[in-house]
This record gives sequence, structure tokens and C-alpha cells, in this order.
Amino acid sequence: MRCESCGKNEAKFHYTKIFNGNIEEKHLCESCAVNDYDFDFDFENHFSMNKLFTGLIDSSVENNKEEINLKCEKCGQTYSEFKSKGKFGCDECYITFKDKLDPLIKGLHGHNHHKGKIPKHSSNHIFLKREKDILKKDLEDAIKEERFEKAAILRDKLKGISSKLEEIKE
Amino acid sequence: MTQWLDEIGEEEDIVISTRVRVARNLSKYKFPEYMSISESDNLTDDVLNRVKKEESDEYKFKRLRDLNKLEQRVYVEDHLISPSILKNENIGSFLLRKDEKATIMINEEDHLRIQTLFPGLNLEKAWELCSSIDDFLEEELKYAYDSDLGYLTACPTNVGTGLRASVMLHLPCVSMTGSISVIIEGLRKIGLTARGLYGEGSEALGFLYQISNQITLGDTEEEIINKLDKVVHQILTRERNTRKYLTSNRLVEMENKVYRSLGILKYSRILSSTEAMEHLSNIRMGETMNILKNKELSSAIKLMIDIQPANIQKKLNKEMNSKERDIERARMMREFTLGVEV
Ligand SMILES: [Zn+2]
Ligand SMILES: [Zn+2]
Repeated sequence: MRCESCGKNEAKFHYTKIFNGNIEEKHLCESCAVNDYDFDFDFENHFSMNKLFTGLIDSSVENNKEEINLKCEKCGQTYSEFKSKGKFGCDECYITFKDKLDPLIKGLHGHNHHKGKIPKHSSNHIFLKREKDILKKDLEDAIKEERFEKAAILRDKLKGISSKLEEIKE
Repeated sequence: MTQWLDEIGEEEDIVISTRVRVARNLSKYKFPEYMSISESDNLTDDVLNRVKKEESDEYKFKRLRDLNKLEQRVYVEDHLISPSILKNENIGSFLLRKDEKATIMINEEDHLRIQTLFPGLNLEKAWELCSSIDDFLEEELKYAYDSDLGYLTACPTNVGTGLRASVMLHLPCVSMTGSISVIIEGLRKIGLTARGLYGEGSEALGFLYQISNQITLGDTEEEIINKLDKVVHQILTRERNTRKYLTSNRLVEMENKVYRSLGILKYSRILSSTEAMEHLSNIRMGETMNILKNKELSSAIKLMIDIQPANIQKKLNKEMNSKERDIERARMMREFTLGVEV
């Protein structure tokens, strides 16, 4: 049997690796085995994760026009690149692809809401942002229901929070 | 090296080490895969400036591009940096705490990977230290964070807490009796995962398994740590009971296994790292089952690291091909067996 890494030498090392119940076999020659991280006491590798979970990304909505044009402004990664790689290019990808992420995140973690640590220093910012989102929704509802006096009050509050947020940013 | 293994750990008859890491990114930059070298140097400076302010004596700083391949591999074999950071040779660097209990990796898959490492079972301490380094860095570095999804990471498998807690266990007896497969299947069902290296047969190389959390979003860090701790204790009980059972019912077979390994280590002239690991694992098992006199338990484990290819070459301070390493490895083993009391 030939080495599956270089394809030249004879494979002398055969091993099976079990990861999450999946079995992967490797056949390597001596020199490739030396350079193979899995072979030497290494457990940190998360090699096949990507292939496992890219299947979770919405396979149903293929060839959607809007989806093809979806592209992150900060890093330039497109949604289809994300689909094949399974990795984000920057933090704003999370916002750009937000509407499509829920099945993936839920499929991986069984949840879609973080309960743990909040960065202490920027927590102010995060709480304000949370409040801003709620106000925004209330404002939309008030306008829909034509309660304009209420809407005016909400709009002023929203302005206040937005300027506070700007201050923190600087 | 492997200074982190120096002190005696809790449950050290079975638990080799505890490792906790969190993944963090700075909102100012794109993730490492999309970064230019100059951007990544700026980010590295940001982190260094923060550390220099208060903790500069605590850490030594290394850029991967300033290390040769052998030096890089030694850090990986010693578990102080992850193998995957080597893929980012041009942009990756790390800060290693002087006691080797903590590493801040810069520009791995994420901007920051804060890792803490303790001998034995020590999840709570490892998390505490990791979290405090995280807090310290965050005072001046603005993290990418979303109120719904938590800490944002390059890979969606890490989003939320960004936390991976793992414990390395030596499980020879549940492996030999076959109940390990039931354990692994059970772990999978509760969101934990077990990884082992598999040798020629069906058993994990050296009977070493790493158990870690798979899910990073939806539970608090404390909940993740506590769950893992509980499950590890259950596995410990199982392994110990099996050891007892084998000692009272299969003593000759167990002695046979241990003494054969001792013989091979004592008289071999050429040993691959795989073969050496297998036999060292049996020696360690013999020590915990009182078949061999119990000397310092961690010495067999330290040796498992010392006999890895890069460590051997570093010790002799020269490049060696695999045959030369196998010969040196056999020599080290003979030396080791002189200290094993029958
Ligand atoms: Zn090869
Ligand atoms: Zn992006």
C-alpha cells in the first residue's frame, strides 16, 4: 500500500483515530508519519469538524439570488464561501449572515443564546445595545398602531441611547 | 521543559492533565485567516502593550517566525502551544507564563487563545486562572462580542463561551475490558467528546483519552466545568473498580503484561515512539496496581513527552533521522528501567 500523504513511499504506519464516534483511517510512510501531528501524541486537532457541520448550513435554499449577493463588507467573505469553509472571516460576518445562522448554531449547540461571561469593560455598551434594540421594536409598534405621542417619547429615548453608544465607541 | 508537570496533581493515578482554553477576538481586526502580516503585527503589538503594562515579568514572548521548526515542535510536544498555530507561522506568536501554567496564543485560528494547563484533575483552578487572564486582557482590548451569541469566534463550533475544557485520562483497564466504547458513546450523548490515538490494534495508544466539552453555547462556563468534572469522577470510579477487579481476578495476566513491557523497555536497542508509549503506559498501570513499586507516578508521563521526536533532538542538540531517534529512545528507556523496582 502506498502512503496516502506523499503517494510515493510504501505506507508503514497504519492507524485508526476515533473522533466523536467517527472512525478515520490513516496510512502513512515513515517520513510522512513523522510530520503528521495526529501521530505524535496530539489530541487538540479538530480536523473533520468542518466537514461534519457544513452539512448543517441551510442546504434547502440553494441558488437563492439574494444569497449569492450576500457579502461581508469588513472582510469580503461571501456567504457561499462561508458555506464551503464553515469559518467566519470577521466578527461582522455574524451580522451579515445573521438570518441564515440560526439552524447552524442550534444544530451545533442545541441553543442560540449565550448565558455565560460578559466582557466587564464593554458590558455597559452591550446593555445599552440590548436596550436600544428593545426601544427600536417598541417604536416600530407604536408607529404601526399610530400612537404618535408615544412614538415621539420613544424616539427621544432612542436618540439619547444612540449618542451614549457613540460616546463609548470613542 | 514540561515544568508544568512538576507538582503532584489530584487524582494522579488516572488523570494526567487538565487544560482549559478560551477563544477571543478583537473587534478592531478581521479574523487571522483574513489578516495581512502588517495587520497581525499591529494586533500583536496591542496585546503586548497590554501585557507589558502590568505583567511583563510573568511572561516570555516568542514569535513563531523567529523559531526554527524543531523549536516549534518542542513547544507543541510539551502541550504548551497547539499544533494548529504552526499553520500560521508568519503571523502567530505566543506569551508563555514562566511557570508554564498559562499560554496566550496570538493569531491561532482566533486572535487570542488563552490556555491554562495543570497536572492532574484541576478544572476549577484552571478555569479561574484562564478567566482572570481573560479579564486582565479585556480591560484594554475590545472583544468581538454579541449579546445573543456571546464571544464571536472564527469557527461556529466555539461561539458563545469560547471555552474548551479538557482532561487527559489514562484508562488501561476499562480499555482492556472493552467498556471504554460504552463510555465514549455515553459521553457523546451528553455533549462531551472523547478522543484517543489509535494504534495498530483497537485500543488507544498508551490508553490515553482526552475528554472535553463539545458545546460552547447555552451553558455558563461554570456549568460546563462542573458537568465535565462530575463525569470525569464517574469515569475514575469505573476505572478504579475495574483495576480492583482485575487485580483480584486476573492478577497473573496483568503481571504478565506489565513485566513483558518492562522486559522490552529494559533490553530493546531500537524503539519507535508508538511502541515506547505503549510499554510506558503498561509500566504506569503496573505502578498504580502495585505490581511494580510505586515511585514518582508522573515520571512515566514525563517520559512519554521526552521521547517525542522534537524533544529528543532538542536534548541532544542536533538533527537526527528516525533511526537515530529510535536508538536514543531505547537508550533512554533502559536508563528509566534502572529506577523501576520490581
Ligand atoms: Zn509519505
Ligand atoms: Zn466578515
